[in-house]
Amino acid sequence: MLNPEMSLDMDGKPAALRDGFGKALLELGEKDPNVWVLTADVSESTRTHWFAEKFPKRFVQVGVAEQNLAGTAAGIAACGKTAIISAFGAFNPGRNFDQIRVSICYNDVKVIIHASHTGITVGPDGASHQMLEDIAMMRALPNMTVFVPADAEEARKATLAAHSIKGPAYIRTGREKFPVFTTEKTPFIPGKANVLRDGSDVAIFACGVEVYQALKAAEMLEKEGIKAAVINVHTIKPLDRETILSYAKKCGLSVSVEEHQVNGGLGSAIAELLAEENCKLFRHGIHNTFAESGEAPELMKKYKLDAQGIYEFVKVKI
Amino acid sequence: MRIKVTSLKQLQLIANTIRQDLVNMLEEAKSGHSAGSIGLADIFTALYFNVIYHDPQNPQWEGRDRFVLSNGHVCPVLYAVLANAGYFPKEELMTLRKLGSRLQGHPHRGTLPGIETSSGPLGQGISQAVGMAIVAKAEKRKWRVYCVMSDGEHQEGQVWEAAMLASKYKLGNLTIIIDRNNIQIDGFTEEIMPLEPFVEKYKSFGWHVLEVDGHNIQKIIEACEESKAIYEKPTVIIAHTIPGKGIPFMEFLTEWHGKSPTKEQAEEARKILIEGRKEIEST
Ligand SMILES: Cc1ncc(C[n+]2csc(CCOP(=O)(O)OP(=O)(O)O)c2C)c(N)n1
Ligand SMILES: [Mg+2]
Repeated sequence: MLNPEMSLDMDGKPAALRDGFGKALLELGEKDPNVWVLTADVSESTRTHWFAEKFPKRFVQVGVAEQNLAGTAAGIAACGKTAIISAFGAFNPGRNFDQIRVSICYNDVKVIIHASHTGITVGPDGASHQMLEDIAMMRALPNMTVFVPADAEEARKATLAAHSIKGPAYIRTGREKFPVFTTEKTPFIPGKANVLRDGSDVAIFACGVEVYQALKAAEMLEKEGIKAAVINVHTIKPLDRETILSYAKKCGLSVSVEEHQVNGGLGSAIAELLAEENCKLFRHGIHNTFAESGEAPELMKKYKLDAQGIYEFVKVKI
Repeated sequence: MRIKVTSLKQLQLIANTIRQDLVNMLEEAKSGHSAGSIGLADIFTALYFNVIYHDPQNPQWEGRDRFVLSNGHVCPVLYAVLANAGYFPKEELMTLRKLGSRLQGHPHRGTLPGIETSSGPLGQGISQAVGMAIVAKAEKRKWRVYCVMSDGEHQEGQVWEAAMLASKYKLGNLTIIIDRNNIQIDGFTEEIMPLEPFVEKYKSFGWHVLEVDGHNIQKIIEACEESKAIYEKPTVIIAHTIPGKGIPFMEFLTEWHGKSPTKEQAEEARKILIEGRKEIEST
């Protein structure tokens, strides 16, 4: 049963998470004259073109130059602005880690880093473009907050939240359209995981597009009498220790699900926490491999990151 | 406001003080980058005691020119001018690189007043300087952006990404000064990875290019003044310097890129600098 307070719409229309990000930029541009947006030759793909059309004076196109993208944003932010940079995850933060580390995080300036194409659901472009190591990189950085929103509406909220908190933030979204199952009323508090479904047999901790799949898997498990809790860990850093620990203890068995390498991502973050508390965790995600070209649903099936795959994973572990 | 020392002799005396401070600091720290720091003493003196608008009593003054140090390893020279300008007590210079010091081995924004950006990884300063200049231009601010870079760091691709962006935005409010000392860690730039033709490179990127003798304080000031008069382009001043300038046993030697003087070497350097000071005073 879904937690009614979470106000979910499981039949919601599909939308790309980057659309939620792009919409939030328009809201921010309207309400805060100190918001600047920068991109590296991917304005339409990142949905920053909406902001560019409306606020051309606060939009900077740097060309195919992600290192300079991060550095220029740091300079703009050093003047008291909020600078939002957006490009493909493979290059931002894949290409410009050093610039994010020193020009942004060590300076502790207000730059929001948005990765628009992450995970296997990038699809046909293949492994070089399917960023699967970004959470690991970003959550290791001091001063950084890391958001992995679950759908377009949450991507919008995460973007607004990234603007309102102190210091730099990272927002991970994908390219593909997915059902929008959270609503305007679903709470989004940075650092506070959302329990979307209560349960007592297994706690499924998921982030990003895997949250919806985990909810579907929980419905399948329910039919077999397995009560799975589903927790949306939309903030990877700082991690919501309290909620995660309480569900891990309550259920006795935990599973993490992410569209990312299991080493270094959400699963690792939770494992670090649970190891200290003697709780059992199985991590589901990409296991030390590059993926391949294909349509997003095909890849989710092949890498067992669709509802069926999560269902099977839990069944084996329980 | 700015600290505008106009007497050349006075400026030369300040540069001499900076060099002495550097010798003392690096000796005490027992590590650090001597050649670049000492070679830049004249340029930093010109900037902080004549060219740049800044207020040591109010480091966050909104109207200040923004100074970005890109080649962070030469930060001892920045620390020395900041202390001499009055940002913090001079005694603190002797804490360079030590545990608990505000004078980090490479600069950290927020730790020490007067430091605009953290640096150390080469090639990052110019991007930040460009970002600041874009804001200043968009908001019609009067302040300018100055950025000191090294020659070696021009081997980083990021530098040329930023050079293109500065040109695209016609950043007339941006002045870059390059320490063209011809050395980097592994040897001479032209042997490791040639930068020449340096002037033509920047010209072809759409910059206004000036060349100066980086030890002629008068010429450095004049070049900076000229850069203010160029509205349609960013300006780069390629300042030809001698690494370790003023301390003959360090001059021109790559080996002095990343080491500090021993007690004996520092002693000798001080003697040379004190002699040099007398010479300036007698002119
Ligand atoms: C990105 C990066 N790579 C490598 C280094 C290590 N490094 C420090 S100084 C330096 C030499 C660069 O030459 P230059 O800045 O011209 O040195 P100088 O003239 O001051 O001796 C190198 C490679 C660094 N700081 N940053
Ligand atoms: Mg050099």
